[in-house]
Amino acid sequence: MSSSSDGRAGGHHDESVFVHGTEQGPADLPHATRKGYITGFVLSVILTIVPFWLVIGDVSLNKFAIVMLILGFGVVQIFVHVVYFLHMNSQSEQGWNLMAFLFTLILVTIALAGSIWIMFNMNLNMMPMSPLYSEEARAAMPELPLQPQGERKH
Amino acid sequence: MTDASSATAPQFFVSEEDHPDNGVMLGFWLYLMSDCLIFACLFACYAVYGQSYAAGPSGADLFNLPLIAVSTAALLLSSITYGFAVLEMLHQRKDAVLKWLAVTGCLGLAFLGLELYEFAHMVGEGAGPDRSAFLSSFFALVGTHGLHVTFGIVWLVVLMVQVNKFGLTGDNQRRLACLSMFWHFLDLVWIGVFSFVYLIGSMQ
Repeated sequence: MSSSSDGRAGGHHDESVFVHGTEQGPADLPHATRKGYITGFVLSVILTIVPFWLVIGDVSLNKFAIVMLILGFGVVQIFVHVVYFLHMNSQSEQGWNLMAFLFTLILVTIALAGSIWIMFNMNLNMMPMSPLYSEEARAAMPELPLQPQGERKH
Repeated sequence: MTDASSATAPQFFVSEEDHPDNGVMLGFWLYLMSDCLIFACLFACYAVYGQSYAAGPSGADLFNLPLIAVSTAALLLSSITYGFAVLEMLHQRKDAVLKWLAVTGCLGLAFLGLELYEFAHMVGEGAGPDRSAFLSSFFALVGTHGLHVTFGIVWLVVLMVQVNKFGLTGDNQRRLACLSMFWHFLDLVWIGVFSFVYLIGSMQ
């Protein structure tokens, strides 16, 4: 984008291009509309109330289903915020902030999923040495398995 | 500053670096993405240590969900009031902008107050960050978010003074747009916190 040939080709447009960006209004803000903010807000309220209700209200669902629903609603609400509040779309900043967002999404997924996966396996392999097997920990967590479930590697 | 179009001699190189049309907003977006990685690391930490109670209290013992619901509502409302400030800014209505910014700041302060109350309550019960790995990672994650909100409020107050003194100039509009992204981003991180930490944590 910033190669000298690009800048050279655009040289005669300099009157219309704000070179330093200090005197211009924020060019991505015309996307901001009252309708957009209200839509985002209403969706966010719904997507917030439902997970709270799932936990506070006595909902007869199994725990795994509730956890998955909470995570699902959270992910959907994050995208609602990105689209309606942060005004990100494939056109804004010539698509570069969508690229940055997707790249970050990949890194976040690797960091989260990788950490959980690796540390979970390591915990299983390390269990017999762990203070989690002390008497009080066992009393606090009766569901703790007696023997590690995973394969021991040496 | 020389104007390239008025130069008589032909120019064979660009004397200034090429700036994209709206570089500041893109740069600030990249900052937010790097901030996102900080939070991803803290979330990963919490995911790994979140069950290591060291025979201490768990999330189900500590979290006060109605309180979290109120602070979530405060933060979400502050997002929409900031949105209203941006809309007034596009219509160049300075007083309305200042009014909505003040409302946003008050909601942010309410959120912070509730969070500090919760932290003080937990530390008072002996559930401070030194109690267990779970609580260390909890305070690191939620505390970092709280610090972001604190500095967001400082930035908001500074901008209110700026707008009040200099009006809605191009510079101030750009600053308001950056803070808008920062503020909505904090609300976005909070979605992860209340879903992953509080709601799922109080079911363990």
